[in-house]
Amino acid sequence: MKRDWLPLALVPVIALVSLPLVGSLPTWVTLTVAGLAMGMMIFMMASGLTLVFGLMDVLNFAHGIFIAVGAYGAASVLTRMSAQMEAQSLASDLSAMVPAVLAAVGLAAVLGWFFERVLIRPVYGDHLRQILITMGGLIVFEQLIHVVWGPDIIPLPRPGTITGSFIVGEAAIERYRVAAVIVGLVVFAAMWLLLNRTRIGLLVRAGVENPEMVESLGYRVRRLFVGVFVAGSGLAGLGGAMWAMYQEQVNAQMGAQVLVMIFIVVIIGGLGSVGGCFLGALLVGLLANYTGYLAPKLALGSNILLMVAVLLWRPRGLFPIGRA
Amino acid sequence: MLVRLLSGDFPRSRALTVVLLAVLIGLAAAPFIFPGTRSLNVAAKVAVFVLLVASYDLLLGYTGIVSFAHTMFFGIGGYGVGIAMAKMGTGWGALAAGIVAALALSLAIALAIGLLSLRVRAIFFAMITLAVASFFQILASQMSPLTGGEDGLSFRLPELLRERLVAYYVVFGAALLAFLGLLRVVNSPFGRVLLSIRENEFRSEAIGYRIVTYRTAANCLAALGATVAGILYAIWLRYTGPDTTLSFNIMIDILLMVVIGGMGTMYGAVLGATIFVLAQNYLRDLMKVASGALEGLPLLPALLHPDRWLLWLGVLFILCVYYFPTGIVGRLRK
Amino acid sequence: MPEAMLSLSGVNTHIAQYHILHGVDFDVPRGSLTMLLGRNGAGKTTCLRTVMGLWRASAGAIRIEGRDITRAATPEVAQLGVAYVPENMGIFAALTVQENLRLAARSGEPDAKRLAWIFELFPAMKTFFQALAGNLSGGQKQMLAIARAIVEPRKLLLVDEPTKGLAPAIIANMVEAFKELKRTDTTLLVVEQNFNFARSLGDTVAVMDSGRIVHTGRMDALAADAALQTKLLGLSLDSHQ
Repeated sequence: MKRDWLPLALVPVIALVSLPLVGSLPTWVTLTVAGLAMGMMIFMMASGLTLVFGLMDVLNFAHGIFIAVGAYGAASVLTRMSAQMEAQSLASDLSAMVPAVLAAVGLAAVLGWFFERVLIRPVYGDHLRQILITMGGLIVFEQLIHVVWGPDIIPLPRPGTITGSFIVGEAAIERYRVAAVIVGLVVFAAMWLLLNRTRIGLLVRAGVENPEMVESLGYRVRRLFVGVFVAGSGLAGLGGAMWAMYQEQVNAQMGAQVLVMIFIVVIIGGLGSVGGCFLGALLVGLLANYTGYLAPKLALGSNILLMVAVLLWRPRGLFPIGRA
Repeated sequence: MLVRLLSGDFPRSRALTVVLLAVLIGLAAAPFIFPGTRSLNVAAKVAVFVLLVASYDLLLGYTGIVSFAHTMFFGIGGYGVGIAMAKMGTGWGALAAGIVAALALSLAIALAIGLLSLRVRAIFFAMITLAVASFFQILASQMSPLTGGEDGLSFRLPELLRERLVAYYVVFGAALLAFLGLLRVVNSPFGRVLLSIRENEFRSEAIGYRIVTYRTAANCLAALGATVAGILYAIWLRYTGPDTTLSFNIMIDILLMVVIGGMGTMYGAVLGATIFVLAQNYLRDLMKVASGALEGLPLLPALLHPDRWLLWLGVLFILCVYYFPTGIVGRLRK
Repeated sequence: MPEAMLSLSGVNTHIAQYHILHGVDFDVPRGSLTMLLGRNGAGKTTCLRTVMGLWRASAGAIRIEGRDITRAATPEVAQLGVAYVPENMGIFAALTVQENLRLAARSGEPDAKRLAWIFELFPAMKTFFQALAGNLSGGQKQMLAIARAIVEPRKLLLVDEPTKGLAPAIIANMVEAFKELKRTDTTLLVVEQNFNFARSLGDTVAVMDSGRIVHTGRMDALAADAALQTKLLGLSLDSHQ
């Protein structure tokens, strides 16, 4: 089980292969930044799902709800702070965005705690009932979102300092996308540090492989489960908030719309692998943007085709976790 | 004779028998008992969905497999008819061609899915069927020249089927026959093996049954059932589109119907479909009244808003998964 | 009379519909090394797993130093000072050897003196200390598994087939290591199929067959009685490798 670096090469390969196909460097730069940004947001939305699955062997089909709730939470804050957002100053924008993000993460995390406690705990180990219960949760909570926030689409203004693009050479690069890439990298770095340099991370990495052995070493893995589930939900909320700001609107179907894409990313990366998820998300983001430009009809289905291709190469995903 | 018709699978409960008879009579005599286009539409939809849900029960309740590709097969049936009738003229030949093509395609895909993925864990299988169904949905909406894209296909039927009464009885009759056929399947030795596999995989394999073969067969039968339902639905609506057949919401509705009705009972599909379709059409009116009456109170009007009917079914669904795995049928049989 | 470190009485274990342990009774004396022997499928591993709480005893009682742990959850049992080395070693392949040890040291970092002692027992470990545990050979993994169990002082070690699949040179290393362990305060319960290993280290012995204990006693007594060996184990201690 050597550390294998080969799949990492996929990202530069896809990017470089697209360059001659796209033809123009500035366009390629724009598309690449867009792809990376989209990948980062997808990573944030999907990382919780893969970690929960890897550690707890639970697949939460209602994961999309955390995304939607995060988006709505952020929207609720931002729509009340339109004054700050129009002031065209970074400080003022941050004073609106930081609470928005905190609201998104907080709300999603609380919902995650409720989900784990009430819906999922009774059905650990029973995959069939897990799928059914989480589907039920999806139905009920999607409706509850309507109850709380109303059924209409809420338009979301983007804060002043990160709207618009800046020009590099001949390429127009959207500020928001750069911001998304930065946030995504920070999140990934934080997760990596947490997983690899802290004791909790050690427990999680070991638990993903062999929860029984971790218990035999004297640790209560169950408590870890709840923590990871809540953290995963919070992350999804963050992803949802960023996605909503990117789309400049929120609607209750958001979670369901991205759900298939998230599943594909998780499968491509390898169930349980955060690094794999990151890689898969970048690949999906880049591919969606390149095919969107080169072959629009293919774009929507491109990630499914990517998944098939990856599974043919590595049937358990790019970085499968060896379960003892 | 009744034994052979029902393949020995009796309702086993007076209450259930009454309800089932009521549904049967209601559907059989719908054009006469409930005159009007709306009620006839409801009746036809019930018939179609009974078949659709019963075929899903074969998969979920009897074989223990969760698949999200069921709406895809439903759609294949619908589009088979739709494309044939819209592109190949409105004769019986075209209709037959569409039906045969749809069934063949469904069988091929079900075989492929079965053989490729039924060896993997349940969760992986569920996710893959979701991806496949999603892909199909994208294809249908993108290949507009063929499939009519987002708008779908409207078409005309052969002369005889244009008569609404005839169309209704074709739909009802075919659905009834197919349902009885499914009843036969689950009560056959094949069905018993499925149940034993669901209960204890290791033991069944040890006794000698090749699990993958049985599961693939069940997958194929369920797919064919859904395809027939799709064919019938297209015949009734004279329309096929992504939102009437392929939408994820329909998949959710099927889950609701099969669980609330009762998994692994077949009759659960009858109850589930009837309750669901009736709720979809008539419960909302009731909720509108209730919501209006509670006007002014904080959260309640929103919770009882007619558009929130799915919320309550969802709660019922969750309760059934926890406490009543055999759903309403199970409760009635106690 | 000093209390037994570990005591099982009337322990039954069911797994799904299979009845594996049928009323297991035996004691592991404090400070000794008890060998648990028996044919394949006799229930030895199930015994260890039941003590550890990984499988629940359906009847009977399990006590550690007199304290009842029959219903205790696995982390609780471990926190009482029990260390478990499973048959497949249970090492975390994605972590380094050092990280494996760090995890096993509940107080945080392995104590430096303790680590030095472990390196004395298994000198080879110094060479692969930073390697990914998944890249180790079978013998190295086994060393790591044992090292994890002793990285902090434990009262009771449950070890399942420590010499399985190992080369003779490594087994020799194991024998020396276990002899060292016996000099400490630790009580050991070891499941084994290798009789030379069992004979050279065991103080007491318990033999299982079809989920029951069919013999308990001192190891030297069993080693001297070839007829008893054949009856219990189907062969004599000398005919095995």
